[in-house]
Amino acid sequence: MDTGKTDQIIDKHEGQASSLIQILLEIQSEYHWLPKEALERVSEKLHVPFSRVRHIATFYKAFSLVPKGRHEIHICMGTACHVRGATRILDKVQDLTGIQPGETDLDFKFSLETVNCLGCCAMGPVLEIDGQTHGKLSPAKTADVLKSFE
Amino acid sequence: MPRISSPAELEDIRRDVLSKRKLSKTCLTLCSGTACHATGSDRVAAAIEVELEKQGFKGEVYFRRTGCHGFCEKGPIVLVDPEEICYLQVTPEDVPEIVSQTIKEKKVIDRLLYTDPNTGERAARESDIPFYKNQERIVFGANRRIDPKSIEDYLAIGGYQALVKALFEITPEQVLEEVKEANLRGRGGGGFPAGEKWEVARNAPGEPKYVVVNCDEGDPGAYMDRSLMEGNPYGVLEGLMLGAYAIGAHEGYVYVRQEYPLALQNLGTAIKQAQEHGLLGRDILGSGFNFNVKVHRGAGAFVCGEETALLKSLEGEAGEPRPRPPYPAVKGLWGKPTCINNVETWANVPLIIHRGAQAFTSIGTEGSKGTKIFSLVGKINNTGLVEVPMGITIKDIIYKIGGGIPGGKKFKAVQTGGPSGGCIPAELLDLRVGFDELTKAGSMMGSGGMIVMDEDTCMVDVARYFINFLTDESCGKCLPCREGLRQMHKILTNITEGKGEEGDIELLEELSETAVEASLCALGKTAPNPFRSTVRYFRDEYEAHIKEKRCPALYCKELISYYIDPEKCQACGSCLRECPAEAIDGGKKMIHIVDQEKCTKCGTCFEVCPSRYSAVKKTSGEPVPPPIPEEERMIVKKSKEE
Ligand SMILES: Cc1cc2nc3c(=O)[nH]c(=O)nc-3n(C[C@H](O)[C@H](O)[C@H](O)COP(=O)(O)O)c2cc1C
Repeated sequence: MDTGKTDQIIDKHEGQASSLIQILLEIQSEYHWLPKEALERVSEKLHVPFSRVRHIATFYKAFSLVPKGRHEIHICMGTACHVRGATRILDKVQDLTGIQPGETDLDFKFSLETVNCLGCCAMGPVLEIDGQTHGKLSPAKTADVLKSFE
Repeated sequence: MPRISSPAELEDIRRDVLSKRKLSKTCLTLCSGTACHATGSDRVAAAIEVELEKQGFKGEVYFRRTGCHGFCEKGPIVLVDPEEICYLQVTPEDVPEIVSQTIKEKKVIDRLLYTDPNTGERAARESDIPFYKNQERIVFGANRRIDPKSIEDYLAIGGYQALVKALFEITPEQVLEEVKEANLRGRGGGGFPAGEKWEVARNAPGEPKYVVVNCDEGDPGAYMDRSLMEGNPYGVLEGLMLGAYAIGAHEGYVYVRQEYPLALQNLGTAIKQAQEHGLLGRDILGSGFNFNVKVHRGAGAFVCGEETALLKSLEGEAGEPRPRPPYPAVKGLWGKPTCINNVETWANVPLIIHRGAQAFTSIGTEGSKGTKIFSLVGKINNTGLVEVPMGITIKDIIYKIGGGIPGGKKFKAVQTGGPSGGCIPAELLDLRVGFDELTKAGSMMGSGGMIVMDEDTCMVDVARYFINFLTDESCGKCLPCREGLRQMHKILTNITEGKGEEGDIELLEELSETAVEASLCALGKTAPNPFRSTVRYFRDEYEAHIKEKRCPALYCKELISYYIDPEKCQACGSCLRECPAEAIDGGKKMIHIVDQEKCTKCGTCFEVCPSRYSAVKKTSGEPVPPPIPEEERMIVKKSKEE
């Protein structure tokens, strides 16, 4: 792994320990996960114990300690979507991809996460793939959406 | 625009902006909040740019992309001013006509107007649409009038007048007094009087002091804070500055959850513009007052919305709450006095200072003044954000503004207050909205989510859903919250799966009591609310699940069965084709039957059965009718009838 990017991000925050979360967020968006080497580098450069970096990386949901698939599926489990049948959408996606929330399939095609609310309640139930929102879903429509991904 | 160094210069610039605005007579406004992004607002915007150019109106028509207008059900929305014509669900294909008809010929396009679902009447102007007519949009209304990337737009609607008044005409004490007199109560959950909190922070020893905006908004089904931040970050920042001035702070933080990229982007732009124009930074408007703001992205943990956890997170640590007192107003960020308020609370402050406390208190009830923004979602016709005067009835919100329940279904309950709020049943529809009123009914104001539920919603499942949410989000510090909630979730799941036992309700009540008594922060203390309020008003549903293994709402998968009514089935084959479990037996002209052994209860057959047949039925608590005998399954058309 090239530590150059990680170093750049740390330098941008002037190596301040209070920016730890902000730094990890940027590394996460760069690689879509937090490689161990990056965490070690952060620990070293910020003079923060590795155990604390790890604690932060596991405490917050935005961080992943394992690599993600090519397409990230976020299924909204917000209350509005729940009462409009989000569980059935989740069932369908699990069925089609064979993975549970938090998992990535063996081909690294999809990663699946549930999220608390995407704030598109008028379109519920919704899911988001690679940042694109798909709304007013039914299990049948969900299957069509997933089919279009390679 | 240059750096502004005095109130007089600010007024000059404001006048200048306003006079320029008059030249371009027509203004096209397109709603571009996150919700409308999802429905294609970007493509509409591109079409508008192209079409204005093509039809020769570029430069003549002022085109503005704004934040959320609230009527998300009907987005993207295009407004044509000054006529105030409101077009709904606009697609790129509609744009050429809007330009050639409405802008050029001044003709209204009927097809794009709001149509009343009951009377069929159309409404051309925004203010004639019932959704808007019954609101009082003193805070949220600005969204529609400004491009969040343009500080000039904010000046044009009178922005920074409150700041000028505070910095040059009145003292920090007077600002504080005004907010106290307005009885502004926190919009983020607790409803604590903002003025009192500010006073504590002002009088607390320790320097420097801090002000913080809480834009974590973790409540699922609530997005008003995001929409305020996306649509009018200037208003929030102005409020924050007024608070800083009042308590003697020179540094502020805005904590925004990272799931809100557009809010982060617009806030960043606003801060940059304000800095460039001398409206943030050193010696603001030549007053000698210094103030700087930093933005902190949250990293996805519901508990970080709790103020002590949020402050921990700002310090770069894991967001675990700590006991209060000491309250943040006394010992907050880095141990210094810190005043933390919700986005909407801050957004109300410029209004109070500019128009005075009296104008503010003229709206509302005895204990709750001003307005509140709710996100009206779930089983409701007009999903969206609504700003209503405190004291309005829930019935008016749901029926007059929200347009009632879709599909002619019956209203069952509305859930308010976020995950640890409660449900308000139909008997209490006349309840007036206010902090104390909602608490008395066993729910709470919370941040303003209002999730409407109809007869198809199972209240035991709703309780299970929220307890599950809170179990996931518990930070794990206190045992009764961490383990107690897990047990509650297990019992509730059992009940919804038909494995409930006599005594479960009592056990849940006991666990609730312990969590309330023995948790440190409000998450644990209020976590049992969803159970408590549903059992209070819907005990019969719990009992039906436990004693009769029946889900009255026909929702809980393990307790329902699907079957096909042979009288209604026309053997169209829709369910036969779509069933993923191949659990449907049938053929051409042969009445379909659900094989109960194979059925996975996914509900696909129910969903795809054409509504003109409605042959697929659900049942709970009783055996499905026996399948019709083989020899009667052929559909024979009687020739006489044909
Ligand atoms: C579990 C939990 C989550 C909270 N989440 C939020 C939130 O997302 N936004 C918010 O403004 N306040 C939230 N609060 C309330 C804050 O602790 C705090 O009371 C509030 O920010 C104070 O601002 P206000 O007085 O203007 O409402 C939460 C509280 C708890 C216990």
